[in-house]
Amino acid sequence: MLAALEVDTRLLGMVVALAVIWIGFHVLTGGTFLTARNLWNLSVQTSVVGVMATGMVLVIVTRNIDLSVGSVLGFLAMIMAYVQVEILPGFLGLGHPMIWVIALAIGLIIGISIGAFQGFWIAFAGVPAFIVTLGGLLVFRGAAWWVTFGRTVAPLDQNFQLIGGGIAGSIGDVWSWVVGGVAVAGILFGAVRARNKRRQYGFPLKPIWAEIATVGTAVAAVTGFVLVMNAYGLPERTVAASVVDQVIEEVASAGAIQSPELSALVSSFPAEARELVPALPDSKTQIVRVLARWDGLPSIPRGIPVPVLVLIGVAVVMTLVAKRTRFGRYVFAIGGNPEAAQLAGIDTRKVILTIFTVMGVLCAIAGAILSARLNAGANSTGLLAELSVIAAAVIGGTSLAGGVGTIVGALLGALVMQSLQSGMILLGMDTPLQNIVIGLVLIVAVWIDTVYQKHRR
Amino acid sequence: MAETPLVEMQHMSLSFGGLHAVEDVSIDLRSGEVLGLLGHNGAGKSCLIKMLSGAYRRDSGEILINGEVADINDPRDAKRYGIETIYQTLALADNIDAPSNLFLGREIMTPYGTVDDAAMEAATRKVMARLNPNFVRFKDPVINLSGGQRQSVAIARALHFNARILIMDEPTAALGPQETQQVADLIVQLKKEGLGIFLISHDLHDVFDLSDRISVMKNGRLVGTVHTKDVTRDDVLGMIIGGKMPGEATEHVAATEH
Repeated sequence: MLAALEVDTRLLGMVVALAVIWIGFHVLTGGTFLTARNLWNLSVQTSVVGVMATGMVLVIVTRNIDLSVGSVLGFLAMIMAYVQVEILPGFLGLGHPMIWVIALAIGLIIGISIGAFQGFWIAFAGVPAFIVTLGGLLVFRGAAWWVTFGRTVAPLDQNFQLIGGGIAGSIGDVWSWVVGGVAVAGILFGAVRARNKRRQYGFPLKPIWAEIATVGTAVAAVTGFVLVMNAYGLPERTVAASVVDQVIEEVASAGAIQSPELSALVSSFPAEARELVPALPDSKTQIVRVLARWDGLPSIPRGIPVPVLVLIGVAVVMTLVAKRTRFGRYVFAIGGNPEAAQLAGIDTRKVILTIFTVMGVLCAIAGAILSARLNAGANSTGLLAELSVIAAAVIGGTSLAGGVGTIVGALLGALVMQSLQSGMILLGMDTPLQNIVIGLVLIVAVWIDTVYQKHRR
Repeated sequence: MAETPLVEMQHMSLSFGGLHAVEDVSIDLRSGEVLGLLGHNGAGKSCLIKMLSGAYRRDSGEILINGEVADINDPRDAKRYGIETIYQTLALADNIDAPSNLFLGREIMTPYGTVDDAAMEAATRKVMARLNPNFVRFKDPVINLSGGQRQSVAIARALHFNARILIMDEPTAALGPQETQQVADLIVQLKKEGLGIFLISHDLHDVFDLSDRISVMKNGRLVGTVHTKDVTRDDVLGMIIGGKMPGEATEHVAATEH
């Protein structure tokens, strides 16, 4: 049956492992793990490592390694923070809407340059990737310090902060459903198109029940994801402030509260708050304080966080690159047999250079997410991130021997790593113990994969 | 023969550091001909032929295709001249499937600039139906295939692109007797279709029955080229081991004395 479904058994194994981890932590933490709040936070925490892991797959597939990603991330985060806090406001004025665009663009351009620089040493100068990126690890961590001589840069631009999630950094329920709808449409379109193409060429077709099962699972996963993201509401204080702002606005424009929903809500306010309404807008702070403690407030869903949206975008693009482009095909061919790739006329050096350049871009994106989430540029940002990223790719089934790996697998790997970390924090485990567990999990995960590979032959 | 040879390699030399892998070797090949290239391991056969397939860049010498100088510096150049190679190692990327290997470096693209896997699979099915009708595993990484199946993928890759010149480096080294016979039948058929074939082997018996002419190399030099019908197996064996031409039956001698 699995053959008819064309399910990647390795991927299925990871999903099962993830389910075991989630349910295990849910039981151990007394029901706090599988809550909308925790899953929402988990998705945000996964996005930084996830973005970089998609690139690390290509690096490792070609039998290379990139040890510098944490340092490059740190350096780029510093640069972007410095530019938007200490340079751009001087020209554009504080809070100018272009600040985040320019800061991000500068980060991306420098990220491309760093990636190309390292890629050049590896592909054209013939220095092993391990050495070049080990050098890069030191160079760019040092460079991150050099940007401000160790001083932390904060707070960041308001718009830039949205990239990191946070209270305002999610797209709300309506847009989340739009994103979900587009995803479902894409899944259906892809499935129909693939089937038509196979029929047109007269290839054997998947049984229709298998087709429905795979598409159904994908659609269910998308729907479930959007439901969970929408189930986590904004904090009471934010909701209270937005309700009060609405009241102020309607009173200011029409002299009284116009919409029936709002007037019903206001008349159900606790007496303490209702008495303060006529004194608006001066009494705003007091009302908000009262309302934040009141449990009659409506819930405003957060929806999909911006960093997770970025991660989804990166993952879709990288999957297309890996599976549907010439470049992706060459990446895997080089990983499987570099000599054969060369004999087939592939310019392997150019491919390697491009991979490291892509990695530089992804470091910039991850750096933007992480510094925006921390709302600061610090020279220690992303310390040891390279290990999480490599671990995510490897747990996700990327073989260090080269030639094998998937973007989806790496994302699942990142999610497994982050789930372990998040679960252990919820359990109140000490950091040293967390590291011990993660280290052991990495070893066991690779061992299981080795055994699986042996039995498959 | 008055006809212009399909391939002429003239005064080819190649060295790695101080080691002369190929020294001043000249051979030629005509359409519809099989030229056996024999010699011990390390005699320089593979190096000579890799200069033709573009895998190695020659130090000196000239390659002529249909009498015209051909500038072959990498595998892409060679393929442009209709030169296809089946390497001893098969040169397959083990982790990807048969269609991807067949079209590696020459992918069929959709109008949107993405690889057209369905079109490549269809083309692969068509070639395979001719070469190896039992082949059904079009979606598996080639590492999961048997030796014979892998061989047929490598052959299909050479044939699909309408090769005029086919280089087969130890094509039967990894095959059982039945598969070896299939390859032999294929060579006869391709020869009839007018291809020129270089057949490289360190084993005389693989080559003797299939070749029209045999060139023997030893220590990077050409011992000589003979018409297969003029010599016995022992004569050729003498050339391989002793590096000496059999008294007569000599077409031309490029390098005789050591």
